[in-house]
Amino acid sequence: MITWLWSHVNALLTTLARLVRTPVATLLNVGVLGIALALPAGLYVGLANIQGYARSLAANPQLSVFLALDAGDADVAGTETRLRGHPGVASVRYVPRDEALTQIKSRTGLADVVDSLKENPLPDAFVVQPRDATPQVLEQLRDELRGWPGVAHVQLDAVWARRLEAGLKLARLAVWLLATLFAFALVAVTFNTIRLQILTRREEIEVAKLIGATDPFIRRPLLYFGAVQGLAGGLTAWAIVAISLYWLNGGLADLSQLYGTRLELQQLSARDGLSLLLFSAVLGWFGAWLSVNQHLARLDLR
Amino acid sequence: MISFSKVWKRYPGGLEALRNVTFTIAAGEMVFITGHSGAGKSTVLKLTAAIERPSGGSIIVNGQNVGALRPGAVPYLRRNFGLIFQDHKLLFDRNAFENVMLPLQVNGFERREAARRVRAALDKVGLLAKEKAFPITLSGGEQQRLAIARAIVHRPAILLADEPTGNLDAGYAADIGELFRSFNQVGVTVVIATHDEALAARLQPRVVALKAGVIVT
Repeated sequence: MITWLWSHVNALLTTLARLVRTPVATLLNVGVLGIALALPAGLYVGLANIQGYARSLAANPQLSVFLALDAGDADVAGTETRLRGHPGVASVRYVPRDEALTQIKSRTGLADVVDSLKENPLPDAFVVQPRDATPQVLEQLRDELRGWPGVAHVQLDAVWARRLEAGLKLARLAVWLLATLFAFALVAVTFNTIRLQILTRREEIEVAKLIGATDPFIRRPLLYFGAVQGLAGGLTAWAIVAISLYWLNGGLADLSQLYGTRLELQQLSARDGLSLLLFSAVLGWFGAWLSVNQHLARLDLR
Repeated sequence: MISFSKVWKRYPGGLEALRNVTFTIAAGEMVFITGHSGAGKSTVLKLTAAIERPSGGSIIVNGQNVGALRPGAVPYLRRNFGLIFQDHKLLFDRNAFENVMLPLQVNGFERREAARRVRAALDKVGLLAKEKAFPITLSGGEQQRLAIARAIVHRPAILLADEPTGNLDAGYAADIGELFRSFNQVGVTVVIATHDEALAARLQPRVVALKAGVIVT
């Protein structure tokens, strides 16, 4: 048991020593793997961000009913009663035009602009929470409300979010397709590195076999090599994504300050990151395994 | 310990390297396999270490039928041997110490114990002072001694050497001969394939002489 453990520790140390001994080749290989993995991982993070945003909107669909600018108190009261009596409406919140203006002043940082206005350009509005959130019902309700007297405009915030989400589903499929392709690339790159390793270490492998090395003894460092290289590639990809997001967030902070909101891209979650590492290590191991099986069998003793 | 019975070895293309070869080597013996090049000396060693398989007959080493061994068992058979090759087969990207370390790594020795044994083996062949030297910087005789150190470091019961004095001058060859004698004196079975008559005269071993794949003595 101890011997077995030792042989694994030895194989791992040998592997690390080999990686360190050829720093340029190692860096280039790991770089290639890192970039190959960073592309799907980055897209995945981007999608996850958009998706989270879209979902928070879509989960809570609302209709905004804007009255005409010249609507009087009677129109407001009449519309409110009709809305409350409507069977498709769950709840109604009245947003008077003055309140809307104060909100804009306090939330958006456009106080100067608002103060310079001679009169309030905003209409009175109702925020309507529908009972049924399916897109067809929502659109039907919108069309109905639009026809009421005194109503100038009805906006459905959720529909575009839902459409976005449907689009995102497609994009997510594309990410997986891309990930599969790059996974194949990772396996191919590892396959080739291990092939080169076997060719350059041909003598060593031959001698080891002649003095009684078992096949697992010879395979082990090569398989570790593939796994460690894959893992390093995964780490590089994670770092690339993290640093890019950090930079993007820096830019976004400036941008969102201009718009008075706070936009921030979420980093790859720890769970997703660890999955990425596991995925890349396993793929590296697999590439090495394929290569070892292909090339060791052909290595005949002389 | 090693017994060949009616062994044939035919290579693809029809060359018959061994024809009906039968002999036995007892534990602790020193035996020379002699003959001209092409007589089948190396083939005997390769068959013994399961590097090649016989076309007919049986080879028994330590009670195991080498020809019928499954591939997974071959490495364990080979650990009984110390193999010394005509072309040394040293690894040129490792220093002397690391070259001798290899069999112990293969056998799964603990590091400190392994290092101790490596130094003992290097000391035995007189290369302790050169443990950091790379093989390329060693003379032909030193390379051969390094190869011997690697063959004996895991204390095998049987030493198989293929032309160990092949391209050495007489002085070096005599040193190497003395090394083999000292291993044999502590009970190691030594089998040497050679056509070096001076070495045979010095060590006075039992001789199995081959001529065109047939035993002649």
